[in-house]
Amino acid sequence: MYQEEKLVFTRPESVIDRATHYCPGCHHGTIHRLVGEVLDEMGLREQSILVASIGCSVFLYNYLNVDAVEAPHGRAPAVATGVKRARPDNFVFAYQGDGDLASIGLAEIVHAANRGEKMSIIFVNNTVYGMTGGQMAPTTMAGQKTTTCPGGRCAEREGMPLKMAEMIGTLDAVAYSARVAVDSVKHLRTAKKAIRKVFECQTKGLGFGFVELLSTCPTNWRMTPVQANERIANELIPYFPLGVYKDATAGEEGK
Amino acid sequence: MSQERIFIKGNEAVARGALAAGCKCYFGYPITPQNEIPEFMSSAIFEVGGQFVQAESEVAAANMLLGAAAAGVRAMTSSSSPGMSLKQEAISYMAGSELPAVIVNMNRGGPGLGDIGPAQGDYYQATRGGGHGDYRTLVLAPATCQEGYDMTVLAFDLAYKYRNPVLILGDAILGQMKEPVATWQPEPVAADEAADWCLTGAKGREKRLLKSLYLDEGALAGHNRRLQAKYKSMEAEVRFEEFQTADAELVVVAYGSIGRIAKSAVRSLRKAGHKIGLLRPITLYPFPSAALAALAAEGKRFLTVEHNLGQMVDDVRLAVRRHADSEFFGVMPGNLPVPDDFEGPILKTLAGESLEAC
Ligand SMILES: Cc1ncc(C[n+]2csc(CCOP(=O)(O)OP(=O)(O)O)c2C)c(N)n1
Ligand code: SF4
Repeated sequence: MYQEEKLVFTRPESVIDRATHYCPGCHHGTIHRLVGEVLDEMGLREQSILVASIGCSVFLYNYLNVDAVEAPHGRAPAVATGVKRARPDNFVFAYQGDGDLASIGLAEIVHAANRGEKMSIIFVNNTVYGMTGGQMAPTTMAGQKTTTCPGGRCAEREGMPLKMAEMIGTLDAVAYSARVAVDSVKHLRTAKKAIRKVFECQTKGLGFGFVELLSTCPTNWRMTPVQANERIANELIPYFPLGVYKDATAGEEGK
Repeated sequence: MSQERIFIKGNEAVARGALAAGCKCYFGYPITPQNEIPEFMSSAIFEVGGQFVQAESEVAAANMLLGAAAAGVRAMTSSSSPGMSLKQEAISYMAGSELPAVIVNMNRGGPGLGDIGPAQGDYYQATRGGGHGDYRTLVLAPATCQEGYDMTVLAFDLAYKYRNPVLILGDAILGQMKEPVATWQPEPVAADEAADWCLTGAKGREKRLLKSLYLDEGALAGHNRRLQAKYKSMEAEVRFEEFQTADAELVVVAYGSIGRIAKSAVRSLRKAGHKIGLLRPITLYPFPSAALAALAAEGKRFLTVEHNLGQMVDDVRLAVRRHADSEFFGVMPGNLPVPDDFEGPILKTLAGESLEAC
């Protein structure tokens, strides 16, 4: 007998129906999807203003169905500050890679966080400069080979990878800072919860919300998507521990 | 319309002009000689329900401006020379994304850290785009505290009219000098001035995107063609002051504070019977080339006086080139000239003698 097909998994309204330009196995698309789902679930799409940054995700504004402005490399937190100060009633979030946020834009992220700007930051840490062809990032692992540290990152010469979620978590005006990963279904669930927390910090007026997502760049890691996923579990998580480093919403649940 | 005359510094005149024009967001970073602008704004803008942020750097301040501009809110930043260099990337992005914003530069002596005295060494930077890529910003050069007030009001209107950054190029003389200023309240701007393009959240309409990235074949060419047409249309905004040029044999060309000091020199030489006139460009971009060309066609000669080592003189020469050339007299950056300093060079030029290199 003919049975009506039942749609069980739909595209969030906040995500536009079009193919992305990302490489196979890249987590940017996955993270866009999570962001889109949370925007939908929280009913934020129509009041959102997205600040897009520089890097592979610069075209994020072609995939998310929200108002958006493009920021110069690293300056998304400053641009978002301007947007939020001008329109405090809008929901303002920025999406940045590790080169963008942890290198050129380190001052902007730390100061926006320290001012407690009521904004949300999605930080995608793939330990490399993706768009420019795989150069060393401030988050590149010791020993990791990139095009500008072909022998592997040397801790003595180049320092150790910056731990942003911890750094941001130390600041008083930060409402939420966490590190999550998107390499497994289990981790995806926690990641989505963290994104939701970050967004809630803004909607509840608690302050600055930050989430770091450990993610893949199979192309510049010279790995298959599966190997890249495994690298997150085996190499990245031991150095970049998952967890919540600051949570001003803690204790709210029971209320 | 209530008119009040108050005795204030040029910096404060600019800040008050901005508030009168409806500026609701100010972002700045301390640098001499423009500190009175952020200091004034840090309390006054809150009184009108606006926002002040002392940014972590000029880079951040200019990018905050970009954000507020994208949100369709009247916003401003100010700085002085080294700080202006840091703002250039964001100004280029604002030009590329067609965002209206006002940026004030109280020019000091350079290059590098230079000094905190007055100078006009940032003329090239202001009029040639300053940042990367092919773009222009409207540039207004006030010469008095009153003009500081009036032109800041004008700057906001022009920024929105053309959806483009507008620069106010003053200097340490203007910023630090105190004069009586008649404050006035312009017509309030329509609340929906930016309604058809700015970011407010995509409620009940298609989403909007403000960007300067154009990767598709030919797309950037098309964007730049449109921008160039816009810059051309800005020629309608040319403003300048002409003083006693009608029968002048020699026309002194000078802008801003130096234009005002040169005018005093011209005035006293006129009294002594010399046929000298003055043309003071008020918009540095667009430049009053047509007015200068017309004077050149009448057979007049030119002397460009600047507080630098020769920058605007290039524009004067381009303007008059079919009929004439321009001599140049430069005041060293950081030095403070008086009208007497200009009389010798003007008379020498009138007599057809060439000037020594400054
Ligand atoms: C001022 C400036 N410097 C350098 C660049 C070149 N650039 C483009 S993307 C990028 C790196 C982005 O890396 P990341 O933030 O890690 O993002 P990913 O591409 O890995 O997603 C750089 C350096 C630029 N666009 N602007
Ligand atoms: S280069 Fe890396 S970060 Fe960029 S799209 Fe490809 S996999 Fe993703």
